[in-house]
Amino acid sequence: MTGEVAVLGTGMHPWGKWGRSFVEYGTAAARAALDDAGVDWRDVGSVVGADTVRGGYPGYVAGATFAKALGWQGARVTSVYAACASGAQAVGTARAQILAGLADVVLVVGADSAPKGFFRPAGGDRADDPDWLRFRILGATNPTYFGLYARRRMAMHGDTPEDFARVKVKNSALGALNPYARYRKRVTAEEVAASAVVADPLRLLDICATSDGGAALVLSSMEFARRHGVAEPVRIRAVSTVTPRYPNTVLDLPDIATDSAVAVAPPEETFRASIARAAYEEAGVGPEDLSFAEVYDLSTALELQWYEDLGLCGEGGAAKLLRDGGTAPGGRIPVNASGGLASFGEAVPAQAIAQVCELVWQLRGEAGDRQIEGARVGISANQGLFGHGSAVVAVR
Amino acid sequence: MVTGWFTGEGEGFRLLGTRCSACASVFFPREDVLCRNPGCPGGDLREVPLSRRGRVWSYTDGRYRPPSPYVSDPELPWEPYALIAVELAEERLVVLGQAVPGVTVADLTVGMEVEVVPGVLNEDAETTWTTWHWRPTGVGA
Repeated sequence: MTGEVAVLGTGMHPWGKWGRSFVEYGTAAARAALDDAGVDWRDVGSVVGADTVRGGYPGYVAGATFAKALGWQGARVTSVYAACASGAQAVGTARAQILAGLADVVLVVGADSAPKGFFRPAGGDRADDPDWLRFRILGATNPTYFGLYARRRMAMHGDTPEDFARVKVKNSALGALNPYARYRKRVTAEEVAASAVVADPLRLLDICATSDGGAALVLSSMEFARRHGVAEPVRIRAVSTVTPRYPNTVLDLPDIATDSAVAVAPPEETFRASIARAAYEEAGVGPEDLSFAEVYDLSTALELQWYEDLGLCGEGGAAKLLRDGGTAPGGRIPVNASGGLASFGEAVPAQAIAQVCELVWQLRGEAGDRQIEGARVGISANQGLFGHGSAVVAVR
Repeated sequence: MVTGWFTGEGEGFRLLGTRCSACASVFFPREDVLCRNPGCPGGDLREVPLSRRGRVWSYTDGRYRPPSPYVSDPELPWEPYALIAVELAEERLVVLGQAVPGVTVADLTVGMEVEVVPGVLNEDAETTWTTWHWRPTGVGA
C-alpha cells in the first residue's frame, strides 16, 4: 500500500518519578530508537517532537530541544502540541512528511517530567481559557470527569465498581511483565476496593498516576526500509487525528458544558467512536481484524468505554467482555498488554508514542512474557484535551 | 471572574447563554462572537436565560483538594462537594456545576430532577464570588 510507512526503531525511557528533565528522557528514548533502527542520527532527515507544556519554556520547542541534545545536524524540525494526543500527532506529522517525500527517515520523540498530584492549568488569571475556568469555577480536576463517566456507565449499562477494579487487576498483571512500566506489582481487587475514593465512584487505584517518561520511534519510507535491509518492517497503516463533530453532546474535558443539539441532531457516533472509525477506514481494517489494542485507560472505567468505542463489543457490552476474559491475554482481543496507563502513569507527550512502541513490539514478537501470540494487526487509541482525537493502526 | 453567565436572585435566578438568531443553537458558557454550528450562515448571538430545571446526566465529587486556581482555605480541612452534570431538555445540552452545600453523592441518582440556585464560590474580606449551584428539586433552601 502506498500509504504505509515503516517503523525501523523503537525506544523508551522507563516510566517513573525520576525527577530529571524531560530532555534527558526523550534523548535516552531517541538514542534507543536509533540503535534499534540501526540508523545514525546524522542520517535522520527530520525530527518531530511532541510538546510538553509541563516542563517549562523548552517544552514549547520540543523538536529542536531533542535535536540540540542529540547534536545539531541540520535536520528539518517540527514540534506539535495536542495534549494527550501530541504523540500521535507527532507520528502523523512524521508519516505525512515521509509520504510527501520531504524526508526519508524521521525521528519522533515525546517525553515529560510530570508534576506531582493533579494536572493543573498554567498560572495567571485566564478567564478565556476553558481549562482555567473549570478549575477556578468548579474545582473540576481530571479525575472528576473520569468519575462522571464512570457513574454514567453504572447508570446506563449496569457496570459496577468491581468491574472497574477488574480492569486494574488485568492491567497491573501485565504491567508487572513490562520492564518500562512504572508500577510492576500485581494489584488485587481487594486492594483497589481498599484504596481511597478520589472522585466517586472511582478510587485511587482506578485512576492513573502522573509520571516521568519518554518514548521514540524511527519511521521511514518503505523504499528506505528495503534499502536499509529491512524487508518486512512493521508498518503504520493509519493515523487518525480527527476532531469532534458538532454538536458534541458528551461532556468532555475540559469543558463546563456540551454543545446544544437543539438546532442540529447529534452525530450517530460519539467523538471517541469516530476516532477509531477514521483509523479503521484509513487502514482498510475493522475491529474484527485486530489482534490486540492499546487504549488510553486514564481510569479503569474509561478503558471499558474504549472497548465499545473501538467496536470490540456492542454498546453496554464492555463489562461482560472483560468479565469473560475477552480482553485479557489469551482472550479474543487483548487490551493494554503493555499494562496501560494503569501501570505507566501519564507522561503526556510520550504516552501515545509509547502505545505505538507496544504495537511494534507485539507485532515483531518482541514483547517477552506479555507477548500476544500471532499478533498481526494492532490499534492504539487516545484522546487529547480540547478535542484532539488519535488512533494508530500498525500491521506486520 | 466571569461576566454574564447568570442573573437574578432567588426563584428568578437563571444561567445565561446565547442563542444564534440564524440557526437557534444555544451556547453555554455564552458564545458572543461566532456561532459554532459549522452549517450555520452566521447570525447574531443574543443572550437567553437557560431552563431553570434539568435532569442529572451524571455526578461525582472531589475527595482531594483541587489545585489552584480553585480557591480554598488550606488552613481548613478539605470538605468535598458534589459536582453534577445536568441535562437541560429544552436546550439539549449538559451543564456541569457544583451541588448546593450539604448535598452529597449519596443524595443523587442519574435522571433525578435538579434546579439551578445562586451560590457562593468563595469569599474574602472584600469580595464574595457568586456562582450557580444545582439542587435536587423538592429540597428546601
